[in-house]
Amino acid sequence: MFSSLKKKVGEVLLPGDEFSYDTDDTISLTEHVKPEKVVCGPGLRRSGDRLLVCKSGVLRHKQPNMFWIDSQQRRYVPAKGETVIGIIAAKAGDVFKVDFGGSEQASLSYLAFEGATKRNRPNVQVGDLVFAQFTIANKDMEPELVCIDSSGRANGMGVFGGGGLLFKVSLGLVRRLLSPNSEIHSDLDQMFPCELVVGMNGRVWVKSSSVQQTLIIANLLQSCDTMTGPQRQELFRRVQTGAL
Amino acid sequence: MKFMQRGLDAETKKQLEEVEKRIISDEHWYLDLPELKAKENLIIEEKSFVPCEELNYGRMSFKGFNPEVECHCSSQKLMALLNPKHEEMKREEEEISRMQTDVTDEEMALRYESLVTSMKKKFLKKRERAVIEEDDINQNAIGTNPKRVFLKPQD
Repeated sequence: MFSSLKKKVGEVLLPGDEFSYDTDDTISLTEHVKPEKVVCGPGLRRSGDRLLVCKSGVLRHKQPNMFWIDSQQRRYVPAKGETVIGIIAAKAGDVFKVDFGGSEQASLSYLAFEGATKRNRPNVQVGDLVFAQFTIANKDMEPELVCIDSSGRANGMGVFGGGGLLFKVSLGLVRRLLSPNSEIHSDLDQMFPCELVVGMNGRVWVKSSSVQQTLIIANLLQSCDTMTGPQRQELFRRVQTGAL
Repeated sequence: MKFMQRGLDAETKKQLEEVEKRIISDEHWYLDLPELKAKENLIIEEKSFVPCEELNYGRMSFKGFNPEVECHCSSQKLMALLNPKHEEMKREEEEISRMQTDVTDEEMALRYESLVTSMKKKFLKKRERAVIEEDDINQNAIGTNPKRVFLKPQD
């Protein structure tokens, strides 16, 4: 399985393609060979002892044994541990219902904020933006968000937003924005002072010192989706010189 | 009746236990799947892209717009704290130097200009202080003579 997966790295795979343990992968009786483990990321699914492809895209590999499908999509499916931008949709007793752009609304306990106790409720209103993390996200249960880490610190999560702009981009662009040594990040560094909050659900929030600058950055990011590297750099340079 | 007998002798007790044990072991059944279990562990599923692509934390600030995010108040940087690989200690100083400042260095100097003398006064002795004040009053006066001599009153 490992060798056959490795052969396909960088190739386009389609849903329905499958990998299974070959005969040479089976353990011989005479000598004990430890079989390699495989970590399959998004786009790959385990079915018995086979590995099925369930998204179309390019197979990627990370040392030592991680494989996943790099695909382009706009629909967000929650995954545990991911941070998203949500909008408070309703207050229901001791939980808030949060719209994060998925198939279902997530619940966010009022105790899951930094410094919140039963006496001291956080000041959260319907319509507020929250930057939160999934603690429960699977297909059978209601997703659950929290705004604190395991040690009870906010670490940049919680209610934010005031004077900024929220917009949606594709999930691929979000990953390009957040990837270490990303080019868009370094291009933005050349522009004017601004602040960005990027959720894995494709929502991006921008704030800058003026409305014009905020709009410029929002438009730039939205157009980044369908541009190549040189095209983007050209556009950024034109904006910087004030041509646009 | 069996249960009403007070004391069963040891042999019949043993027999009964044996029968009971056999019934239990016959009725107990289990899935014989050691092979499948061994293979299950070979594939681990991971639903999120974050560990795959080593994605950064989703908050960022550029050119010092939000110092709380960019340098989490001198001691820890939020961005560096959560994206340890991204930032280096070397870059930190440089970044702080090119951050947006509300008060320029010139303004700062101008503001403190007036403070210089008043701060100086604080560390002077009473006599010296008096001298300085005198200086302030008649700055243009020539020949500041610190030595006091007795002036004989005129008749």
